[in-house]
Amino acid sequence: MSLPVRVGTLLVAFLAVVGGAIFVVAHFFLAGPPVITAAVAPGNQVHLVMQEDPQTTVTNRPDWVSYFIQDPTTKKWVHTTLFKVPAGATVHVTIYGYDGCTPPRNPFFGQVTGTVGDVEFIDGKKVSTLNGWYNCSIGHTFSIPGIGLNVPMGSPTTVAENNDLCTVSPCTPMEDGKPVPHATMTFTFKAPTTPGSYLWQCRIPCGGGYITGFGGPMQTIGYMTGDMEVGS
Amino acid sequence: MAAETQPPATGATGSGSNHGLRIFLIWLVLALAVDLIYWFVIGPNVPPGTLGSAAQGQRFDINVMTVMCLPVMLMVLVYFGYSLVVWRHRQDDDEDGPPIHGNTRIQATWITVTTVIVLSLFGFGTYELIAPNGAGGGEGPAPIWNPPGARLTVAQQRAPWSPGQVLVVQVIAQQWKFTFRYPQFGGFETPNLVLPEGQWVQFDVTSLDVIHSFWAYQLGVKADANPGVDNVAYTKTQHLGNFTVRCAELCGLWHGAMFDYGKVKSVAQFESWVSATKTQFASVTSILNKCVPYATTYDPTTIKAKCSGPVMNTLGLTSAGGGWGSPLDPAGP
Repeated sequence: MSLPVRVGTLLVAFLAVVGGAIFVVAHFFLAGPPVITAAVAPGNQVHLVMQEDPQTTVTNRPDWVSYFIQDPTTKKWVHTTLFKVPAGATVHVTIYGYDGCTPPRNPFFGQVTGTVGDVEFIDGKKVSTLNGWYNCSIGHTFSIPGIGLNVPMGSPTTVAENNDLCTVSPCTPMEDGKPVPHATMTFTFKAPTTPGSYLWQCRIPCGGGYITGFGGPMQTIGYMTGDMEVGS
Repeated sequence: MAAETQPPATGATGSGSNHGLRIFLIWLVLALAVDLIYWFVIGPNVPPGTLGSAAQGQRFDINVMTVMCLPVMLMVLVYFGYSLVVWRHRQDDDEDGPPIHGNTRIQATWITVTTVIVLSLFGFGTYELIAPNGAGGGEGPAPIWNPPGARLTVAQQRAPWSPGQVLVVQVIAQQWKFTFRYPQFGGFETPNLVLPEGQWVQFDVTSLDVIHSFWAYQLGVKADANPGVDNVAYTKTQHLGNFTVRCAELCGLWHGAMFDYGKVKSVAQFESWVSATKTQFASVTSILNKCVPYATTYDPTTIKAKCSGPVMNTLGLTSAGGGWGSPLDPAGP
């Protein structure tokens, strides 16, 4: 084999190895869920629409519970937990709770804190505290500890509903021609005036199959925890 | 050490010089100067501060240990520097060094001095652990070094508090937030840690999931938070101020974000805060007291019969999530 051929072969092999390494790093380590930027309405108000599902059939983790965020432009549901709001914005949140109930490990997180008026509305009803242990009314929470926000998510409250949850993600109000049990939560909070990243998480032990219920989706960004990026 | 008494016969400084005395004098002056500078200039600024009696004790311990260690370190450095300057190799000196046969006096002195230092530190450290009631560390569920009036039973912990008595604060760790329960004030729970000035505080630290560690840095308190275990630690607040609370045990994705700030307020301000907080969390407190009455530990696999409704019972749900086991139960996960 001539010298130029040998050098060329070596070069191609080297580039193949480097290219493979770059692909692995970019594809597996740097890739993350997309960031949904909330559309800003007059008065620095934004509307965030989310849903929490009992499964994630759009990923390779179909048995994991997960949040989804609606893209304000396309109105399509995106499998992500990252969103961006302007600093100091008034954030109106609507969350559709399709998942069933799980009793909170600490009932303390049944109290709504950090929203305007320290209340939320579940199916239009004003709520300040949920006893998730009595009637199994809590599915998850939406909590941003950095701003003291904690909002328990309502869930279907009957046995029949909890045994007939949505089966395909993202969930829709109707499935196979019949209504899908869910609760609708609305609340408003003020975004911090200081730009930065504010993590959020669910506080209900809903990582089924994992130690203490806080593994798997509970510790994976894009499922039950994420980040609120507050822009300048 | 032998070289100190048997220097090279043809050293540049000439034979007959009393190197040992020189080294000792240099060391003595330096050690005194460095110790004094440390004790009076650096020592008063050493963390963790003086907000809690445990922190104050830790600062004192660190300063005493440092003042004892500095002369030892200086002796090594002085001897090293003296050797470099005085006994360095000369250009025209091809002579072998003298044979070293050891020096019994120096060896005995070295062994005696280091033994005394180590035993003194052992005695000092033991005393400083016992006298300040565990020095702010977790003493487990049955502490033996208690301040007067410590409250070790649930009934004692729930008895109303008045200034001068030990204040009980239950620290509840969960991924990834500390909450604090005040059993002497009706058992309300809050995400904020506020303490009264000049009072003994008993922290009863536990966890609802994995192992955390409650670290109130400026108070000098650090106690592991284990599920199913009540880990008790003490400190006495010294003055008004703020402190940070961190988790000091890697506990999952947001371990780094598991921190908060606490406050030491005057007794009047503390009582005012208690009143306002009780009102703020009144509704959830009633649920807590009904479903999860104050206890030293909590088991999420049990749901009080009076609290669970028909859906919970039918579905057979608990708040154990994906599995929970007390560390005291070897069969647990």
